Amino acid sequence: MAVCPTEADGFFCVMSATVLMDAATLERTLTRMAHEIVEHNPEPESLAFIGIHTHGAPLAKRLAAKVGAILKREFPVGELDISMHRDDLALRDAPPQVGPSNITFDVTGRAVVLVDDVLFTGRTIRAAMDEISDFGRPQRIQLASLIDRGHRELPIRPDYVGKNVPTAPGERVRVRLVEIDGKDEVVIER
Amino acid sequence: MTTTSWNHKDLLGIQDLTVDEVNCLLDTATAFKQVGERAVKKVPSLRGKTMVNLFIEPSTRTRTSFELAAKRLSADVINITTSASSIVKGETLKDTALNLQALNTDIIVIRHSAAGAPHFLSRLLTASVINAGDGAHEHPTQALLDAFTIREKKGRIAGLNVTILGDILYSRVARSNIWLLTKLGAHVTLAGPSTLVPRVFEEFGCRVTYDIDEAIRDADVINLLRIQHERQRKTMFPSIGEYAAMFGLNKERFARTKPDAMIMHPGPINRGIEIDSEIADCGRSVILEQVTNGLAVRMAVLFLCAGRKHSTEGAE
Repeated sequence: MAVCPTEADGFFCVMSATVLMDAATLERTLTRMAHEIVEHNPEPESLAFIGIHTHGAPLAKRLAAKVGAILKREFPVGELDISMHRDDLALRDAPPQVGPSNITFDVTGRAVVLVDDVLFTGRTIRAAMDEISDFGRPQRIQLASLIDRGHRELPIRPDYVGKNVPTAPGERVRVRLVEIDGKDEVVIER
Repeated sequence: MTTTSWNHKDLLGIQDLTVDEVNCLLDTATAFKQVGERAVKKVPSLRGKTMVNLFIEPSTRTRTSFELAAKRLSADVINITTSASSIVKGETLKDTALNLQALNTDIIVIRHSAAGAPHFLSRLLTASVINAGDGAHEHPTQALLDAFTIREKKGRIAGLNVTILGDILYSRVARSNIWLLTKLGAHVTLAGPSTLVPRVFEEFGCRVTYDIDEAIRDADVINLLRIQHERQRKTMFPSIGEYAAMFGLNKERFARTKPDAMIMHPGPINRGIEIDSEIADCGRSVILEQVTNGLAVRMAVLFLCAGRKHSTEGAE
């Protein structure tokens, strides 16, 4: 289904967008990922979730809630802004907007599930892992990504994937979430 | 990922900044303040960059703050003070700066007794130039850290009554603060001896009064300034003792301030002169938090000015 993206810039709608996931599919996908996290963490006491700003943060909260519901316990959730750890600052014309990271628990010894919406080059994940180690020394870090669109530039692979989406480099995958955008969906824009 | 609207290679003064740019800087500083609370208080943002602290006028706290800010951003730092530099051998500021640039420095933080020295360097150099105080003109990072502290503690700046008390005439902190606070919508009152608080400051958009009790009665923030012995060419008031009695913030005056009035001071404080010792240490004094916030604000300044593609803007 081709729809015109509501936030298309300019006068004409030049991009087409295809819906990859609707709200129900997104919900089911997160439930399945939560079960996979439970399956791969037989000793869940040390589990903690850290979402990457912006869309990883609500996804981390949802995954933590789902895993918590399955295991009948609460898990700590943090938020990471990786702008200070980017490797492309010297290549950019304008500095990025940096926000604070909010990790109120001690990550040392934890099994951290790092959560992001779209996995692409892997550079964000590299920066996130660097930043997490500034807060302490986790026992392990696992990666959960709602979408894996390929085109990795670093040797990084996810442990939990919502959906693998083959893309061309110029295409754009947008994850929209109720908490930020008012609705749940994943679209690909060409 | 969102980028900022910041488009300056230098920070020369408050006058050049828009309200959006100030807010961008204060937001960025909020993020950097949090870095200081981590196990590892260092981020790699300016790795490989070199910063020179060129302090032609003595300073301990500002220089240390800039040095630590740069180190927490992983930049390399060199400190140059007048006594240890070729300035005593007769080298001009221009030549000193060009020599530093020939060493591929990326950021030059300058403090100079002459107003406009940083502006002069910024036209000359491709490196980022940060004004750490030029004569009695501007001290932008001090004003920004004061605004950051007010915003953090009071939740806003617009509409607040801010009283700046003391030596206004010789104070670059006062000038930068006046420009910044009025830009952000605060009501600024200046008070002190008439020799140090000339009426001409009303042209800056603030109120001038010589009645200290009236000046502090409705203040939400009281910013005390140090008497600048080193910048006064002749005595502007009869004695330090008289200044303390007439204009110092003592316990009696403090008791008549609003119960939530916040006490600020850029340091170094002269206990018993502009402020009573007990007031400096009381719960409403944020003097030490200003120091902590100064580090975060300077990290934000360095990050925004130097954390991007090397620019050739400004080079002659």
